[in-house]
Amino acid sequence: MTDVQRTVAEAGADGYGRIVAALIRVTGDWTLAEDCAQEALALALEKWPADGVPTNPGGWLMTVARNRAIDVLRRASVERRKLQELAVLAEAEPSTGPTSEVVDDRLRLIFTCCHPALAPEARVALTLRTIGGVPTADIARAFLVTESAMTRRLTRAKAKIAQAGIPYRVPSGAALTERLPGVLAVLYLLFTQGYNPDGEPAFADEAIRLARLLAGLMPEQPEAAALLALFLFQHSRRDARRDEAGRLVTLDKQDRSRWDRVAIAEGVQLLDRTRDGSYALQARIAACHATAAEAAATDWVAIAGLYDRLVRRLPSPVIELNRAVAHGFAHGPTAGLTLLAAARAGGALDDYPPAFAVEAELTARDGDHDRAAALFRRAADAAYSEPERRALLERAGELGDDR
Amino acid sequence: MKYMMFVCVDGEPDTDPAPETDIEVWVEENDKAGRRLEGDVLAPAAAATTIRVRNGELLVTDGPFTESKEWIAGYDLLECADLDEAIEVARAHPMARGGRIELRPFTTGS
Repeated sequence: MTDVQRTVAEAGADGYGRIVAALIRVTGDWTLAEDCAQEALALALEKWPADGVPTNPGGWLMTVARNRAIDVLRRASVERRKLQELAVLAEAEPSTGPTSEVVDDRLRLIFTCCHPALAPEARVALTLRTIGGVPTADIARAFLVTESAMTRRLTRAKAKIAQAGIPYRVPSGAALTERLPGVLAVLYLLFTQGYNPDGEPAFADEAIRLARLLAGLMPEQPEAAALLALFLFQHSRRDARRDEAGRLVTLDKQDRSRWDRVAIAEGVQLLDRTRDGSYALQARIAACHATAAEAAATDWVAIAGLYDRLVRRLPSPVIELNRAVAHGFAHGPTAGLTLLAAARAGGALDDYPPAFAVEAELTARDGDHDRAAALFRRAADAAYSEPERRALLERAGELGDDR
Repeated sequence: MKYMMFVCVDGEPDTDPAPETDIEVWVEENDKAGRRLEGDVLAPAAAATTIRVRNGELLVTDGPFTESKEWIAGYDLLECADLDEAIEVARAHPMARGGRIELRPFTTGS
């Protein structure tokens, strides 16, 4: 990649969503907005190598995109008001930093893309495409569908927005409280999509970028800051999660010197802005791990207490399972096994492979190595992925060697 | 925008003990605000008749389009600024808790 290409990519990552959001607000035309933003980026790649990079790349891109939109609309002879609004759009763009109006556009766009009246899978895809500017082919690959199927899904979602009258607006008051969790859930899904062992890593970066945008634009919403903090703690381990052979390394065995200290420090600072929402509790649990100098120094009593609160706020079998793990470390394997039995009572964990692994680990620490080895082998049989399966069989082998 | 609001009966009513909105109050409020243009209650699905013409032949059958636990019990024609406003109108309807409501925009609505 040449320097100019890198500058265009950087300006695009920052400016694309802003341009699309502003053009949608004025024209109401999603396709036009995306096309014009794309054309501006293409023109930058063509012009900047010869003419040099402009002093304000974002403003340059916005001006080009706006002029394209004016051309198209003039040919379609749309009413004067829209053209006038477009004419002032680029001038309103500041040389550095976002103005509140421009920023509002992106926030509006996020709420529109994440509207509950759209299909859940369409919300994530639309957010990636429209705000992140991620190519449709990349989104399709991550969601295991063909590019044409993804194009249809995006087209259908945009048509629904227009036909059903989904507003381009950030809800206020009680409606905001109702809708924000849905927006945060889309970002969470986006992050998971990027963080999973076989996910698209760029999506995790994109989720962090959007969470940072949201947390910055809505400082009065503690859960937005909490979600960003949670992402930062998880993501700080990205370089330590695999060994040289590409195998997943569990948290306790990771080389902590490879954790991203800058991300962890930012996350810790964000915790001051959080309260006791479900993302705040998860972020605090992640912080306990991220700030422990070594695995043995982990404050499991604090983590167990946070899980007690989280399970009340967000009752789910998987959280009950993690709570059992935490109590196992904090208060001994018997305490963990008791909670595990309770979590399994409903039958919801019957087909969940990690439950076997947790039982195996707790049983091993309880001293029954034969039973634990058998449980690890059972967990390996049910594991989702080959790396996980290998790691579990290795654990079973270690226990066999102990005897 | 204009929305057709289908009011449906389904098999899973809400168990919230809080009192439901009075339908008369709902009608009056939305009529006064100009958000409800008209509306009515329909006879049960058992009274429905389905009509098809295939190759020129008239086919008349007893019952609604599809036999299911949900059936349309009534409708209201709404005039709202956007979907969010229509959702607020629909959520306040007692049948949002007693059944479910479908909002369908008109193609000529905007």
